[in-house]
Amino acid sequence: MKAWRWSIPLAIFAILVVFLWIGLGRDPSLVPSPLIGKPAPAFRLAQLHKPSDTLQLDDLKGQVWLLNVWASWCVSCREEHPLLLELSKANVVPVYGLDYKDKAPQALAWLAQNGDPYKASMVDPDGRVGIDYGVYGVPETFLIDKAGIVRYKQIGPLTVDALNNRILPLARELQK
Amino acid sequence: MTAGLAHALCAAALAAASSLATAATLAALPPDEALDARLRKLETQLRCLVCQNQTLADSNADLAADLRKEVRELAVSGKSDEEIRAYLVARYGDFVLYDPPLKAVTSLLWLGPFALLAGGGAIWWVVLRRRARAPAASAESEPEAVARARALLDGE
Repeated sequence: MKAWRWSIPLAIFAILVVFLWIGLGRDPSLVPSPLIGKPAPAFRLAQLHKPSDTLQLDDLKGQVWLLNVWASWCVSCREEHPLLLELSKANVVPVYGLDYKDKAPQALAWLAQNGDPYKASMVDPDGRVGIDYGVYGVPETFLIDKAGIVRYKQIGPLTVDALNNRILPLARELQK
Repeated sequence: MTAGLAHALCAAALAAASSLATAATLAALPPDEALDARLRKLETQLRCLVCQNQTLADSNADLAADLRKEVRELAVSGKSDEEIRAYLVARYGDFVLYDPPLKAVTSLLWLGPFALLAGGGAIWWVVLRRRARAPAASAESEPEAVARARALLDGE
């Protein structure tokens, strides 16, 4: 009787500590995307290098690909850029860029200076397609499967850990 | 006479024109103001994803401005508040709503406080009942208590 009486508050305290501890380790700026498992929103956008040509979602169906949202004004895009260049060299999964709320001359200069990892970059000058994809902080990267379903979303710069442990294994799985 | 008539006609026409003009501005203004008020209310219920602790109405973030524009365009095109909220939730998740909907995943959030209140109430009730019963069990008769008190006092 006495024994379980003090063990109840202790148990409640322990549970609270566990929840708070988990809460401390989570990044509140990462908002889970409702798009995971849903069809990628359709788009038809001009290409950065060939403004007269458009690219649309249906053109990219049938392959597993990454959509990387970037901009020349985006500081943390520089952080992930070497990884993207390596990824495009390794030729594991094609990367398409979405040049978000950017100006073409700056964007082209940025790619010329830092290297261009993209199969193609599409321009989204007013951020409309960005809104459709729920973009709220550049850079963001989406993994989209052969049927055009969004499978994964990386918010913020890509990391070696995210690529090796989540994105690439999932991409290989989807490519089968 | 003719001058008077012309004058009267002119005045009538002027009056008609001005009343038409006010009618036009009145017809044009209230829906606009109503839309503004509606959007202001709607935007205070939506979260800016960049700053997170601000509403769409308060935020100066670039994305918030874009989303306000988007919300306005949707409203002008005849979408209801509910449809606009659904549009944003489809893109950004329930997190955009300051008022999260009651769902399986949010049930703890909504019902947890009531469960805690009920649990606390139950414990309180048990303790009260036990306390109400306890004195009856250990009650001394008054002469006995007086004798014990005297003994203690004398002993000192």
